[in-house]
Amino acid sequence: MSKLIFEKGVKGSNSFRLPSAGLPQPDINHTLPPIFLRHKDTDLPQLSEVEAVRHFTELSKLAYGVDNGFYPLGSCTMKYSPKINEWAARLPGLAALHPYQVPETIQGALQIYYEMQEFLAEITGMDGFTLQPAAGAHGEMVGVMIIKAYHLYQGDRERTKMMVPDSAHGTNPATANMIGFDVIEVKSNQRGLVDLDDLKSKMNKEVAGLMLTNPNTLGLFEEEIQDIAAVVHEAGGLLYYDGANLNGVIGVARPGDMGFDVIHVNLHKTFSTPHGGGGPGAGPVGVKEHLLPFLPKPLVVKEGELYNFDYDRPLSIGKARNFYGNFGVILKAYAYIKALGGEGLKDACQNAVLNANYMRHQLRDDYNIPLDRLCKHEFIINSKKQADPHGISTMDIAKRLIDYGYHPPTVYFPLIISEAMMIEPTETESKERLDDFIAAMKIIAKEAKEAPELLLDAPHNAVIRRVDEVKAARKPVVKWEAP
Amino acid sequence: MKYIPNPPWVAKDMLKTMGLNSLDDLFSDIKDDLKIKEGLTLPPAMGEMELRSCMKDLALRNISTEDYPCFLGAGAYDRYIPAAVDQLLLRSEFYTAYTPYQPEISQGILQSIFEYQTMICKLTGMDVSNASMYDGGSALAEACNLACNSGKERRKIIISDTVHPEYLEILKAYSLSGRMEVVLVPGREGAADIDAMVAEIDNQTAAAIIQQPNFFGVLENGEKLEQAVHAHKGMFIMAVEPVSLALLKSPGEWGADIAVGEGQPLGCSLSLGGPYLGFFAARRDLMRKIPGRIVGQTTDLDGKRSYVLTLQAREQHIRREKAGSNICSNEALCALAASMYLAFVGEEGLKEIALRSHQLALYAGKQVEEAGLELKYQQPYFMEFAVKVSDPAAANQKLLANGIIGGYQLEDALLLAFTEKRSRAEIDHLAAVLGGKMDE
Repeated sequence: MSKLIFEKGVKGSNSFRLPSAGLPQPDINHTLPPIFLRHKDTDLPQLSEVEAVRHFTELSKLAYGVDNGFYPLGSCTMKYSPKINEWAARLPGLAALHPYQVPETIQGALQIYYEMQEFLAEITGMDGFTLQPAAGAHGEMVGVMIIKAYHLYQGDRERTKMMVPDSAHGTNPATANMIGFDVIEVKSNQRGLVDLDDLKSKMNKEVAGLMLTNPNTLGLFEEEIQDIAAVVHEAGGLLYYDGANLNGVIGVARPGDMGFDVIHVNLHKTFSTPHGGGGPGAGPVGVKEHLLPFLPKPLVVKEGELYNFDYDRPLSIGKARNFYGNFGVILKAYAYIKALGGEGLKDACQNAVLNANYMRHQLRDDYNIPLDRLCKHEFIINSKKQADPHGISTMDIAKRLIDYGYHPPTVYFPLIISEAMMIEPTETESKERLDDFIAAMKIIAKEAKEAPELLLDAPHNAVIRRVDEVKAARKPVVKWEAP
Repeated sequence: MKYIPNPPWVAKDMLKTMGLNSLDDLFSDIKDDLKIKEGLTLPPAMGEMELRSCMKDLALRNISTEDYPCFLGAGAYDRYIPAAVDQLLLRSEFYTAYTPYQPEISQGILQSIFEYQTMICKLTGMDVSNASMYDGGSALAEACNLACNSGKERRKIIISDTVHPEYLEILKAYSLSGRMEVVLVPGREGAADIDAMVAEIDNQTAAAIIQQPNFFGVLENGEKLEQAVHAHKGMFIMAVEPVSLALLKSPGEWGADIAVGEGQPLGCSLSLGGPYLGFFAARRDLMRKIPGRIVGQTTDLDGKRSYVLTLQAREQHIRREKAGSNICSNEALCALAASMYLAFVGEEGLKEIALRSHQLALYAGKQVEEAGLELKYQQPYFMEFAVKVSDPAAANQKLLANGIIGGYQLEDALLLAFTEKRSRAEIDHLAAVLGGKMDE
């Protein structure tokens, strides 16, 4: 393992210097009262430029991204991030803009912002968008705030509950709770879809809405979505769309046409912006007309030929973050939509669904597929066929995939399938690449029977073996301390 | 452009393998009346060359801080970013990775986060840090959320209106939860009215909050507030500016329970307001309550030092509706930029940058006064101050006409910020224009 940056370098080796200011150097002890001054040194790293460069280069070699290889992490849509978009985001005319510059000086940037609001509304069938949220979960939060603000505005104070399917992402119930709703879980039926009878039996005047992912987390399209929408709407609730899986329907069908009132989309999933090792993402939120007044402020509007900020939004929930959103992410997604156009987005969706179904078809002889029928952009397998007699788990299969040079799929989610492994290939993978992965999976299935220790002890050729997670949590060491 | 590697004939082969005829067959589970009939109304697809020109044209329609000197601050600062930072951020092993769920192939990212957490602790003087939040404002709201969740019956958040106005708006939106009651205490002469804040503190108080330096650039003396809120078992939360911490008393030294702030000045480009990062640090006993990802050190089966996402029992994917926060994706790449920035400038460099900012602000204060203007507040300031002007919008227009990006418009003043990128000559120019010595 690499030395930590604090274990390298010596005092005085930093290369950084400022030019002369041409002014006398102030003594901070005279310019500010002592109560405001720091006593303890920051004790930050002391490395020369070349050694710091080598340090981070070394760390990069211990990481794995989409550019390194196949990354079938279900629900995360790890598609290729086009390089031209990285180039665009670094143009000084876009990267070096201060958020409080007057609108006349940022018309090009505001055009991107405005058009992006329009593009997303068209793609999803909604009436208006805010680009403010910084991530999917942040978008959910804004969406649920809007739902709450809407009911309160209607004078409807009794709606204290939010419905969430048992297959939902953990962020859905967590978000509902953060905004002060009690969570009611709706069951899935035998086909892995929302159980309409269970939904009906739980729907009442206390329910503010239903948060739904479609295609759902099993990769299946909610075929009865219009009936679901009717049940929710008839009881006065609103329907929320978690856009994590938009890649499974984009260009083919629109959440707005399915009856959703509020939606978020993940620009770092469906719209190709890179995930950065855990962020930044962006989670724009779209609404139908009746909810437009509640969107966060400001929105970008077009007044004649000029783009401007609209802060005059008295019913707005306010702000969910500083400034206007992750502009550097938004503009990459904008470039992606410009590159693909409407047909290109549909193409992307169709090929994502094709790749997922092809893999499902090719893996079905070797792995158990709990819901083995037409899926959208992702599907679930598990380790049922591998479990006996050697006790092979889904985690073992995942870790063995690392030995074959792949990033493992999402594991142990959704919770309603035991030992789930969720595979999402995306449209940017070739058949050749998929066939290689399928071949590795078939070898692993064979190894599970014939040489189980290869799985149980995997990975064998990563920089480390499996880690002690219990120790990490029981005796947490979350920063470096000088010995 | 298209980024789909399979040509149509390969797609046909794949369909045939599955016994299907066309791509449309893959969507038979979606009712026809839900399908898009006419196609989406979007501009026609572009090739890479066209796209390049298009983005370049849009960029050229803006005036950037590379074109004109910028005196805007108010929560986002035009700081110099060492060239090495962006070169390294372009290593796509970093930027095309997801959250490091699989430690065996993510040690590089996990170690970088562990180093980031350590640097944030060093800067803030706190015990523990998470892996980052969305930005400074949402980090503060999450801190208040934590304060209200941790004590029974404690829901009162006492905050000075000298905190960034956008942070206050964010707090208001988060308080839709019904779990927080925000008590906004008006400031006095540009500083928090500590006595008035102390008077609000009671046994229902979850937290008292100040920003350092505050929105107007003024330094706040939090001593009495810290004592009073702790005497009532509430939390003392500080929102701080990270570069100034090289010289200013750290939240740890002030006795804060939670320190948050906007991390943008640490190596993130201004980028019209994002992506930035919020940092979030706390005292040790809050470790199991803080929101967001945390990386911990452990060992692998061979006893080798290694890193892993830890304390996940706090988080949404495990606790679902019982989680303290819903955050999962954060601003990891910006956090990486921050640790790179701190590594390249180092301890001495950060001090030099902070001191230069202070030096230029003091010089500018003197210059604008000599030009006949008056500072709005007679208070100690670090790198930002408000100068009185009768018509701030007009003053900014005049500055713009003279090739200067002016300040943040207050009602009767311009809030001006000074970073190490500004020069003596630029400040002289600014003072001359503001003082009316230079017209269009």
